[in-house]
Amino acid sequence: MVKNCNIICILCPNCCDMRVSFEGKEILELEDARCPRGLEYAREELFNPTRTLTSTVPIKSHYWKTVSVRTNKPIPKDRIFDVYEQLSSMRLAAPVKRGDVLIENVLGLGASIIATRSVLE
Amino acid sequence: MIEKDIDIAVIGAGPAGMAAAISAREKGVKDIILLERNPFLGGILIQCIHDGFGLHLFDQNLTGPEYAEELIQHLIKAKVPFLTEAMVIDINAQKEIRVVSRQGLLKLKAKAIVLAMGCRERTRGALEIPGTRPAGIFTAGVAQSLVNLQNLKIGKEVVILGSGDVGLIMARRLKIEGLKVLRVIEKLPYCSGLVRNRVQCLRDYDIPLHLSSTVIDIHGKDRLEALTAAQLNEKGEILYDTAEVIPCDTLLLSVGLIPENELSRKAEVRLDWRTLGAEVDDYVETNTPGIFSCGNVLHIHDVADYASQEGFLAGERAACRVRENQGKVLRFPVNASKEIKYVVPQLIREDCRETELKFRVTEPFENIRIIVKNGGETLFRKKFLKIMPSEMNMVKISSDKPLDKVYVELEKTEIA
Ligand SMILES: Cc1cc2nc3c(=O)[nH]c(=O)nc-3n(C[C@H](O)[C@H](O)[C@H](O)COP(=O)(O)OP(=O)(O)OC[C@H]3O[C@@H](n4cnc5c(N)ncnc54)[C@H](O)[C@@H]3O)c2cc1C
Ligand code: SF4
Repeated sequence: MVKNCNIICILCPNCCDMRVSFEGKEILELEDARCPRGLEYAREELFNPTRTLTSTVPIKSHYWKTVSVRTNKPIPKDRIFDVYEQLSSMRLAAPVKRGDVLIENVLGLGASIIATRSVLE
Repeated sequence: MIEKDIDIAVIGAGPAGMAAAISAREKGVKDIILLERNPFLGGILIQCIHDGFGLHLFDQNLTGPEYAEELIQHLIKAKVPFLTEAMVIDINAQKEIRVVSRQGLLKLKAKAIVLAMGCRERTRGALEIPGTRPAGIFTAGVAQSLVNLQNLKIGKEVVILGSGDVGLIMARRLKIEGLKVLRVIEKLPYCSGLVRNRVQCLRDYDIPLHLSSTVIDIHGKDRLEALTAAQLNEKGEILYDTAEVIPCDTLLLSVGLIPENELSRKAEVRLDWRTLGAEVDDYVETNTPGIFSCGNVLHIHDVADYASQEGFLAGERAACRVRENQGKVLRFPVNASKEIKYVVPQLIREDCRETELKFRVTEPFENIRIIVKNGGETLFRKKFLKIMPSEMNMVKISSDKPLDKVYVELEKTEIA
C-alpha cells in the first residue's frame, strides 16, 4: 500500500518541508526537497529513525544532586522510553568522570550510557 | 576588604566569559580574573543536558555539560585564574568592581572589563496574564534547573506558554520523565524556536503546538488547577468564543530571554533598545572605553558556539586595550531596513576594513535577498529561500575603504 507523509529535513537552515510517498521500505516520490540530502534524510527518518537520549541520574555527592548522562550513539527512536526505564532505577555516588560508561550495551542496542559531566567529590 | 589592581576582569563564566578569559590569557595577559557567582563554571550550559552544542566550535555534537567541560579543561590548561561563588554587585565607568565572595568583599580596579553575565527569562509579570497566583507556574529555565540539577518532580500535567527553544526542550524532557505535556501555546502565527527543536521535541512526541493562541486566565487557589486558552485573530485580538478551559497543574513560560544588563547600566554603558544589550563596535567594545560585552548579555544567541566566538573576540580585544590605550577613534553607525530587527555591531571603527555582522529579521520571510552596501559599493548579496527570526544570521564584509555607510537591506525577489 502506498503511504504519504510530510517530513521536515533539518540538515540545513532551509528546513525543507518534504512530501514523501512510500511503499514498504521504498520511497516512490519525494517533493519539495531542495537538494539530494533530503532524500537520504527522509529514508533514515522513515525506515530507521534514531535519536540520542539525554537524561539525568541521581548522585550522592558533596554538592551535586544529579549527573547528566547520554547514549554514546543514537538509538532507535522507538526504544527511547525503554532505555529511559533502565535509567530510572539507577543511583550513583561520586566520583564519576565525564565519559565513564554507566551501562554497557544498553538493552543490546549497541550503545552505552555514559556520564556527560564529572562529579568528583 | 581586599583591594587589588588587575589587568582584566571577566564577569560571568558561561561559554562567552570562559572563552574571553582564555583568549585574553593566550594573548599574553596574565593578570586576569574570571568571576562567577555560581559554585561552578559553565553558566546555563550545565542545566542544558541535551545535545546539539559544539557543532561549530569543536566540530562535535556535545551536550551542554560536555561543551562546558571542554572549555573548562582549556581554561585550566591555559592557567586562567578564576573565582567561583563570587558575585559582582557593582561596577562603574572607572572600571572599579565590587565583588561579594567567600573571602569577603573584594574591590578590584581593572584596566579592562569583559561583561558576560548572560540573560534572564521573561516572567509572567512581564506578560500580565490575569487570574489567580497559584503555585505551579515556572519559567522554562527554572523548571529545567529544578528537574535537571535538583532532581525534583515539578508536576503531572503541563502546558507550555511560548514556543521559545527552552520551552520546546523542556516539553521533550518532561514527556520523557513521564509527565503529560498537553500542548504548547504560542501567540505568534509561527514557532519562535528553531525548526530542529520543533521537529525533535514536539513532533517526535506528538505534542501539539497551538499557534495564534494565548492563555487568558489562570485558575486555582494554592496550586494551579486549570487555565483558559483562546485563539487570536490576525490583529492579535482575543477571540473569546474560542476560549477553552484546560485542566493542568503546571504552566511553563518560555516567552523570551532578556540580556542581564543591570551592571552595564551602572558603568554608563549605552544600551540598544532593539537587542536590550550594549551598543558595541566591531571590537565588541561599548561606549565606555575598556568595557567589552559578549554572549547573551550582548544579544540573545541560539547557539552557544557563537556566544563563545564572541567571547574569544572580546578577550583578544580586551588584551590589546590593556597594552595600549587608544586615542580618539571615530565610529560609524550600521543602518538597516525595517525588516531587520537588529544588527550587531551597531558601530564600526574608522580603521576597520573587515568585520562580521550578526543580525535577525523581524518575522519569517521567503524568497528574499540580503544585501549589504557601503555607500555605492555592494559588499554582500545572497538569496535566502527562507529566513526565520529564530535564527541569527552572520555575514562577513570587507572593503578597502572605511566602512562608514554600511546598510543591511532585505529585498523581496521573484519566486525562483
Ligand atoms: C534552555 C536553553 C537551551 C539551549 N540549547 C542550546 C542548544 O541546543 N545548542 C546551542 O548551541 N545553544 C543552546 N542554547 C544557547 C546557549 O546556551 C547560550 O547561547 C549560551 O549559554 C550563552 O552563553 P553566555 O556565556 O552568554 O551566558 P550564560 O551561559 O548564561 O553565562 C552567564 C554566567 O554569568 C554569571 N553571572 C551573571 N551575573 C553575574 C554577576 N553579577 N557576578 C558573577 N557572575 C555572574 C551567571 O551565573 C552565568 O554563569 C540554549 C540556551 C538555553 C537557555
Ligand atoms: S533537503 Fe537539502 S536544502 Fe532542504 S533542508 Fe535538507 S539539506 Fe537543506
